[in-house]
Amino acid sequence: MSTEDTMHNNEHDHDHHGNFWTTYVFSTDHKMIAKQFLISGIIWALLGGALSVIFRLQLGFPDMDLSWLKPVLGEWIDIQGKLDPEFYLALVTMHGTIMVFFVLTAGLSGTFSNFLIPLQIGARDMASGFMNMLSYWFFFTSSTIMFISLFLETGPASGGWVIYPPLSALPQAMSGSGLGMTMWLVAMALFIVSTLLGGINYITTIINMRTDGMSFTKLPLTIWAFFLTAIIGLLSFPVLLSAALLLIFDRSFGTSFYLSEIYIGGEALPNTGGSPILFQHLFWFLGHPEVYIVLLPSLGITSEIIATNSRKPIFGYRAMIGSMLGIAILSFVVWAHHMFVTGMNPFLGSIFTLLTLIIAIPSAVKVFNYLTTLWKGNLIFTPAMLFSIGLVSYFISGGLTGLFMGNSAIDIQIHDTYFIVAHFHLVMGSAAFFGMLAGVYHWFPKMFGRMMDAKLGYIHFWFTFIGVYLIFFPMHYIGIAGFPRRYYSWTNFDTFNGFTDLNMFVSIAAIFTFVAQFIFLFNFFYSMFKGRRATANPWKSTTLEWTTPVDPGHGNWPGDIPKVYRWPYDLGKPVNDEYAAKFSDEEMKNVPDFIPQNIPFSKTPETNFPNENELIALEDEDDKAIEVK
Amino acid sequence: MFQVVIGIGILLVVLILFMLFRIGTLLDVVKGSNQKVVTKSNKVNAALFVVLLVIGFGWIFIYSYVYFDDYNLPLASEHGVETDYMFWVTMAITGVVFLITHILLFIFPIRYSYEENKRALFFPENHKLELIWTIVPAVVLSVLIFKGLQVWGDITSKAPEDAEVVEVMGQQFAWTPRYPGSDNRLGDFDYRLIGDDNKMGVDFTDDGSYDDFIPREIHLPKGKPVLFKIRARDVIHSVYAPHFRVKMDAVPGMPTSFHFVPTKTTAEMRVETGNAEFNYELACAEICGRGHFAMRMIIVVDTPEEYEKWKSEQTSLVAQNEILFNLVPDDKKELAKVKGKVKTEVAAVESSEEVKK
Repeated sequence: MSTEDTMHNNEHDHDHHGNFWTTYVFSTDHKMIAKQFLISGIIWALLGGALSVIFRLQLGFPDMDLSWLKPVLGEWIDIQGKLDPEFYLALVTMHGTIMVFFVLTAGLSGTFSNFLIPLQIGARDMASGFMNMLSYWFFFTSSTIMFISLFLETGPASGGWVIYPPLSALPQAMSGSGLGMTMWLVAMALFIVSTLLGGINYITTIINMRTDGMSFTKLPLTIWAFFLTAIIGLLSFPVLLSAALLLIFDRSFGTSFYLSEIYIGGEALPNTGGSPILFQHLFWFLGHPEVYIVLLPSLGITSEIIATNSRKPIFGYRAMIGSMLGIAILSFVVWAHHMFVTGMNPFLGSIFTLLTLIIAIPSAVKVFNYLTTLWKGNLIFTPAMLFSIGLVSYFISGGLTGLFMGNSAIDIQIHDTYFIVAHFHLVMGSAAFFGMLAGVYHWFPKMFGRMMDAKLGYIHFWFTFIGVYLIFFPMHYIGIAGFPRRYYSWTNFDTFNGFTDLNMFVSIAAIFTFVAQFIFLFNFFYSMFKGRRATANPWKSTTLEWTTPVDPGHGNWPGDIPKVYRWPYDLGKPVNDEYAAKFSDEEMKNVPDFIPQNIPFSKTPETNFPNENELIALEDEDDKAIEVK
Repeated sequence: MFQVVIGIGILLVVLILFMLFRIGTLLDVVKGSNQKVVTKSNKVNAALFVVLLVIGFGWIFIYSYVYFDDYNLPLASEHGVETDYMFWVTMAITGVVFLITHILLFIFPIRYSYEENKRALFFPENHKLELIWTIVPAVVLSVLIFKGLQVWGDITSKAPEDAEVVEVMGQQFAWTPRYPGSDNRLGDFDYRLIGDDNKMGVDFTDDGSYDDFIPREIHLPKGKPVLFKIRARDVIHSVYAPHFRVKMDAVPGMPTSFHFVPTKTTAEMRVETGNAEFNYELACAEICGRGHFAMRMIIVVDTPEEYEKWKSEQTSLVAQNEILFNLVPDDKKELAKVKGKVKTEVAAVESSEEVKK
């Protein structure tokens, strides 16, 4: 162990030439930036989770004395030990904002797009390392501002993560709409800059810097997912920026984009002619694609992991790309399904119902393709594989409830109840989270050169998988019973007076699941320093990142960048008839069940299909062509 | 002191867990299982999926069956029958899909878990399969969409001419209903007229406003179409009457509406639910600030006769509040007196004031 450690350190010394600041802080290396995003994301996830535990305490145990939280929350806990109702809304708002943007957008795309794009397409780094670094530091600045806003005397933004004006525009309406909202808007503006810098980089890199032979049809599905995610982000985030900008104008410069005919705080405001619905359209024009910005990378990651650990190719590679393309395009034309009962023209509601339910088709294709990939596989349950299967499960259960929400007639009743809370937490929240966790377990060896502990991973998975279902499954029932969301307490209503036991159950499950994440945290940080040394390709995978050394240094490959000859899913490829006839049993056994992308067909005559044998001739010509140059 | 003990306790538990973890890892090294790709855990994990499948689905089934009355909200509107039906049809379809996909997803792990000398089936694509699971969901979805849009179209169609109109205004943090009175016409409003007395900003230069009244709770007639005209005074609220399956946002500057037919009186509902205290309630479903969770208003559904009687007993705004009566232009005061059934005392005070001037 100790000798290994010293060897490890020596390698480090050898690899990095910069000082501490250029290596770990202002790094332009995509792998380091990915790790920065990952660790920031983990910190944000903990904070976002902790906020949810506090409001779950309020919902599950409304009579509880919360005085013990006074050291943290101060004045937000009153003398009787009760949580302030306005701060409850602040908690809900910040939980949503943090989880959606800071964890599942920055933490997920930021980590895996940065880490995997150059490694899997065979590039030495991102197109612009500097812009990549800027992307992280804009995110960091944004994070800092958002974090500070939590400690304002008037509280952070509290109007829900969707920040609908006029509530978010008028400090008279709630105290969180004062400085807290200003800081929210500034933080989000910076966040959008970060996302755009990152996105441009991802797209440019994927289009321009693929290694020889890496055509788009040989890209791993992860890259396809990151590519489409970046495009969606690039097209939709600017719209959020414009929405936020107009809101800033309304708040600070007296314009009336979203404000009209308001009487508040004992006076009639001069604003007329604005439309709060306009904001909702602009917001959801990002807000809905955002769901797929969060989800697609996770789907890409799990495609890769499920294929590798089933030891067979992903079923329907082209169908998977097609369905992702379909989802990406449709994601732009379904936004108003969040607005069926806002007073929007009902005819628009019909159109958006139609388009929304269509998006279920590519999603269904993905699910069936995952199932078929598992079918007759040789399944290895690494923690990453378990989390991927968990994702598929959440994707199904959360996706199916989407058929209720997306149908405008049914939506009337369940809109803004716990049914929608259950729906999106499963399909976008938990599913995306599981993709992220799966990715961490799977690529940890490449990130840190060490293995995470598998047994702790199993425990973490089962606690989390069951815990999440225990939290969100009961919420469907609460939602069908009509309980509205963002309620501080339900005791004012006879209709919502039941289910105290179920709410308590949900809260206990939430606390349990939150605590279980510390198993992961321990595993993550412990294994980073003390984990078993990894081999270069511990999962016997086919994609290019596993052809790098255990600790890929700056530039990723010590020698030439590998050339790509085949698609990324040559797993469990059978021996062809010609060789099967002449191979002995022993020889048959020794045929590897995976062929990395950089292995030419000329090296694998025993598993080549007839059409692939024809490609061998081209390989030679290619090589000659290169020599001529 | 107690907290310190708890702290030490937690610390000890964490330490013990850490020791167990270390011992476990060392044992793995001794046994050499840390070198293997696949250990016994593979089967355990695979089996756990089956266990989860059985227990999970058992639990869901039993809970859904036993507690049906707890989460199934009583229904009291005509269109609600349609939407609830759609809800349960969708539930049946998605339930079946959920069951089938999860049986496959949770059985495959144990059925196809890793074996040393086995090779997975190389099965990269099959166009026929892809086509099947593109077309089948598409057909099922078309049915759902078709039916859904039909129901949606009915619900959002123009309200019948004879609908009972009730204006509902949301504000932080209460609802205010306004009835058009005997002329069936709501008086105009303007948000700039809002004040302590005129909290809905009713325009008293408009003839239609003289018999308008603001009751303490909303009354609706059973079996007659009702049109909610919805607006908001400050921020967005959402009119949510769960038993009627009614929800519509109240938006400042943009009046909205929702029409429906209540089908059960409050008294009938009390019998049906076996709850003598039962009341229909109106709640807010869009976050609107500190008191969002407390915007309760009672809705009472009467028989049409009771409803008419109740209406006739209400006092108009101009009769209720002298200050509001004074807002009526002089040339319309007589009309207001007649329409609003203003008692003569108010008028007397009024005229005496005029004399003073």
